[in-house]
Amino acid sequence: MKWGSLLLLLMLAWPALAIESYDFSTADGERRYNQMVRELRCPTCQNQAISDSDAPLAADLRREVHRMIEEGYSDDYILEFMVNRYGDFVHYRPPFTSQTWILWFGPLVLLVLGALAVLRIARNRHITPVEVKAQQQELPSALSPQEQARLQALLKSAPQETQQETKS
Amino acid sequence: MRKWLVFTPLAIFLGMGVFLLQGLFNDPRVLPSALINKPFPEFNLPSLYEPETRLTQDDLKGEVALLNVWATWCPTCKEEHEQLNRIGLQEGVTIYGLNYKDDPELAREWLAQYLDPYAKVIVDADGRLGLDLGVYGAPETYILDAQGVIRYRHVGEVNEKVWQNLKGLMQAIAAEGDEV
Amino acid sequence: MIPELGTYSTILALCLSLVLSVVPMIGAHTGNKLWVDYARPLAKGVFAFLTLAMLCLGYAFLTDDFSVVYVANGSNTALPWYYKISAIWGGHEGSLLLWVWIQAFWTLAVAIKSRNLPLDIIGRVLAVMGMITSAFLLFILFTSSPFDRFLPNFPMEGGDLNPLLQDFGLIVHPPALYMGYVGLSVAFSFAIAALLSGRLDAAWARWSRPWTNVAWAFLTLGIALGSWWAYYELGWGGWWFWDPVENASLMPWLVATALIHSLAVTEKRGVFKSWTVLLAISAFSLSLLGTFLVRSGVLTSVHAFATDPERGLFILGMLIFVIGGSLLLYAIRAGSVKSESSFALSSRETLLLINNILLTVSCAMVLIGTLYPLVMDSLNLGKISVGPPYFNALFVPLMALMCIFLGLASVSRWKQTPLRLFVQQLWLPGVLALVAAFVSHGLYNSAFEPWVLLGLFLAWWIVFCWLRDFSNRLRQRGVMSGLLRQSRSYYGMLLGHLGVAVLVVGVAMVVLFVEHHDARMGPGDEVQFRNYTFIFDGARHVEGPNYISDMGRIRVLKEGQPYRIMYPEKRVYTARGMVMTEVALDPGLFRDLYVAMGEELDNGAWAIRMQYKPFVRWLWLGALFMTAGGLLAASDPRYRKQAQRDAQAAMPAQASQSS
Repeated sequence: MKWGSLLLLLMLAWPALAIESYDFSTADGERRYNQMVRELRCPTCQNQAISDSDAPLAADLRREVHRMIEEGYSDDYILEFMVNRYGDFVHYRPPFTSQTWILWFGPLVLLVLGALAVLRIARNRHITPVEVKAQQQELPSALSPQEQARLQALLKSAPQETQQETKS
Repeated sequence: MRKWLVFTPLAIFLGMGVFLLQGLFNDPRVLPSALINKPFPEFNLPSLYEPETRLTQDDLKGEVALLNVWATWCPTCKEEHEQLNRIGLQEGVTIYGLNYKDDPELAREWLAQYLDPYAKVIVDADGRLGLDLGVYGAPETYILDAQGVIRYRHVGEVNEKVWQNLKGLMQAIAAEGDEV
Repeated sequence: MIPELGTYSTILALCLSLVLSVVPMIGAHTGNKLWVDYARPLAKGVFAFLTLAMLCLGYAFLTDDFSVVYVANGSNTALPWYYKISAIWGGHEGSLLLWVWIQAFWTLAVAIKSRNLPLDIIGRVLAVMGMITSAFLLFILFTSSPFDRFLPNFPMEGGDLNPLLQDFGLIVHPPALYMGYVGLSVAFSFAIAALLSGRLDAAWARWSRPWTNVAWAFLTLGIALGSWWAYYELGWGGWWFWDPVENASLMPWLVATALIHSLAVTEKRGVFKSWTVLLAISAFSLSLLGTFLVRSGVLTSVHAFATDPERGLFILGMLIFVIGGSLLLYAIRAGSVKSESSFALSSRETLLLINNILLTVSCAMVLIGTLYPLVMDSLNLGKISVGPPYFNALFVPLMALMCIFLGLASVSRWKQTPLRLFVQQLWLPGVLALVAAFVSHGLYNSAFEPWVLLGLFLAWWIVFCWLRDFSNRLRQRGVMSGLLRQSRSYYGMLLGHLGVAVLVVGVAMVVLFVEHHDARMGPGDEVQFRNYTFIFDGARHVEGPNYISDMGRIRVLKEGQPYRIMYPEKRVYTARGMVMTEVALDPGLFRDLYVAMGEELDNGAWAIRMQYKPFVRWLWLGALFMTAGGLLAASDPRYRKQAQRDAQAAMPAQASQSS
């Protein structure tokens, strides 16, 4: 929770902590319940999962989740129950649809592009191993003679350090 | 290649800027109903004035109408009540009331005090129907068509401006019903 | 009178910063030394007037001047004095003033600390910082002044500071975070100055490295403080929620982390120059974007926008000007930059490039996830929520990859590293890490969790790889002289990377081994938890300075022996009628006991939440290590010496320019 949400808090009443004590017939049910209430977003307060929200609606939804788990419904059924009533908004895990593929696969595509870029850059650099000095001369920036001198001074001092860092 | 590549960050940023600008004019808190174009959920609940009478989804069919979710604990409901009175009592539009998570006694007192614009009032004391309907904050106002199908939802106060919008939608829905 | 003085000095600061953004820039462009020399006194002037404005606002808070709207909304006579001071940054207007004051502070620091830089560079850097300051001051004066008054009728009592903000964590979190956000503007300004001057050389990278390290360290600290505060103050025991406003701070952090690594390559090897400039621009741009997301209401709150549509538009305009302008400049200038050296596919350069790719992809992922609902909504495709399940699913694998490469990088060399060197050097750390992971998992007496094992392995892998590198260095020169010979930058790097390992352990353990139980407890009821027993003794009423409270008393037994007594509270802050949960904590290096009170039930019974959080402190400990590492690296005397050498080399150049 960062600073910005505090600004938000100034404007909205922040619901206090919600704690209930539901009993579960199985440990697995309790685990599923804890998982489920963290993945469902409270439609009223919007910036909290129903597990954390004190809004009356969140309490109703927790009660429903508890009821359905105790009655033996599957997680998928419970999610469908919620989405049918409150829309995709209620689930913090966006569905896989044609509209969300950029969301789910975009980062992966970027990663692949990045990997290709690494290969390309490293290979390009390696194929033309030019002496540092030679490259300097073809630098397009218009360096004055004084600046050239300064650059040379820099280059002279740099290798010592590079060595120090790389010796291992 | 490279000449072109260095412009991508700018292009991405400008593209993002368009959405950010648009975002300024959208309200992130308003949710469309998940039940648009679906029949009103099944229910069997008492009426506010005759607790022995049970109302069901079939009682909401027959004409294009509004359904207003309200409660005496909700301050905005009080603010919009006068507007609802104008719509229901003066313009003669059918409004069904859904008294949501409320005490029926208080609800009856409230309607006696501020007038009753509702054709029928459903008592949803434990909020089960509200849950099936996807209510997330009273007041909410729905448009139902003659077959009892949900066509639109407005969340928040109904004022004159909102009402003009709702009215237009209701007329359009009524017109398409005539065509069929 | 005093608030008006605050307004005047803000206006004067604006005037000076406008001059600062123009005169030295022209001076640098035309080679007019006199005009460039104006930059330093102007930077001092801006800082002085903004300090005065801060003091005026502080005075208004301390004297309960409720005729000032901002004070009346955010303070109260019953508020303790230290919260009155932190209330200065408790709301939108004041936090902006804090932001711009810190901006002026950084500008001043650059002005004072960079006497050795070439004049045309320093003139441009300070001018760019002046522009940013001006933009924020215009924003404050036109839309968000903290000095506005209620006239003629003002309230006798203030509305009080939000109780959530009445806390030590919130006294220190915003200044630290803003030091980080705004500190990134230094790297940004250096990048812009380098682009403007057309001299994208290694010297540029060297000048901005220490500044960027400091800014990054503060950003790390600020984020950690925010997480720590959320953990104990909100009462849910969570420490990261992937909330849009958290993401707004994580994005610049990820890019800044990439930047400090990329700057190292650019400085040492003269490669990735245009990429490093782009990162420097992006890091600060993302800070600004975060400001927009948080303050415009596009993602979190409709209220900010509904009350004042100007603000969102103003910040968006500022974003277009600052980010759009700098990216345009980048596009025009960066295309022609060439690398100064070559390197092989298997080299330290490539590994750092991979680090950069992973960090920027992570940042892009967070950005996509944060903005996707907004875009869907804009295109009328419906409302969706992108929350923790999404971010965890994508962020965790990316960071795991990152940890693996982080280990590999330890023994790598510049230019070229034979693959067999990696095998030769790192098979032992790999084996040791695997063994250590099994042993440490086994020592922690709990059910086997493959993900915890992976987390522990990654942490040990980082530790052993860097130990390998460290021992190599010591062996070369003998232990004592080896220890002394290593630079502060090197120790800073070790410390930072150790911080990553510590953080990874914390995340893996607390996420997978947290134990949590909500129970209805009447007086005398017991709950068993691991080797602890919690006994509820009931609750009593307590009155604080500006709140009333129900304080529970919970006796904790450890293995049947009395261990300690915990006092969780449920407070009602009277001014706003807000209910707050005060958590009772028993912190420890290896686990926290966490007790929060919920609702009062019947017959003196309460709903109580008890949690056992293993290794949760390691999260913030890791972040502290990283912060310390960043600061240590920035303090390396090498930068100062090198700057002096640069200056001497540049002397003749300046002499010829000014003549």
